[in-house]
Amino acid sequence: MIVQALAFYLFAGILTLSALMVISARNPVHSVLFLILAFFNAAGLFVLLGAEFVGLILVIVYVGAVAVLFLFVVMMLDISFSDLRKGAMQYVPIGLGIGGILLGELMIIYGGWKFAPNMSENLAAPLLRFESSSNTQSLGMILYTDYVLAFQLAGLVLFVAMVGAIVLTHRTRAGVRRQSVAEQQKRRPEDVLEIRKITSRTGV
Amino acid sequence: MASQEFLIQYLPILLFMAVAVGMSVVMVLGSLLFGKQNPDPEKLSAYECGFDAFSDSRNKFDVRFYLVTLLFIIFDLEIAFLFPWAVALGKIGMFGFFSMVIFLGILTVGFIYEWKKGALDWE
Repeated sequence: MIVQALAFYLFAGILTLSALMVISARNPVHSVLFLILAFFNAAGLFVLLGAEFVGLILVIVYVGAVAVLFLFVVMMLDISFSDLRKGAMQYVPIGLGIGGILLGELMIIYGGWKFAPNMSENLAAPLLRFESSSNTQSLGMILYTDYVLAFQLAGLVLFVAMVGAIVLTHRTRAGVRRQSVAEQQKRRPEDVLEIRKITSRTGV
Repeated sequence: MASQEFLIQYLPILLFMAVAVGMSVVMVLGSLLFGKQNPDPEKLSAYECGFDAFSDSRNKFDVRFYLVTLLFIIFDLEIAFLFPWAVALGKIGMFGFFSMVIFLGILTVGFIYEWKKGALDWE
């Protein structure tokens, strides 16, 4: 299908270009907006691969939540970004060195990559089970049973993230009026009300 | 590669996106090319009810905003896990059902913690 190939090159091209713009844009807000564009194109690539659910979840979670959090931080943080960039050029040799090492490692992996002889059979085998079901359904059929450990670990990671966020940022502050049903029910009129006889023309 | 017949269902979305991008490019470029460009400092300055902006928009914000956003992302992910489970519930049996119940239980413990700790209270 020629449309599919065209869509792939379009998505991949825009993804690469916007990823480049993320690290080279002067304005950090523009960087985050290009990051959102990169997320959208990655979602398009996932859909082209057949992973519809993952693609759309990428849009919901990354574009809808994570990128908005980034935007929030970048737009409101009290940091002068031009000052941050001033000394950036002195890190170029280190950055290039680390990038070069990573590239070398990737090339070593790619050069030494061998497929197992029975790989093509193994690839075909799991698909037979899910041929009649949709993408989301086939994902659900293995995620909660075959991969139950990974699934529960994901739950624990989310739990740790929740507790960690609260421990790091939450502090009890004065003047917070919380609802306390027991306290409110215990309140009796005689505790808070006082009836006095006031004679005329005198104060309390 | 797996069968690609389903991709034809995404063709209208692709066409829709192409039309949307095309329209916006035409509008922006059209106004850039054919509009009268006559900028002056007053036109280019930020408009804030007619007076000069009081201060920079970058200032210290309460960390509670970020806390609310982080908690939102966590429950967003929880919902994302619920979708395939709900679709496949008829086929994964009791084991799949209780695996999700445990997952929800763990996150409910976190939710109770956050409620009791007062992380959801604003004033």
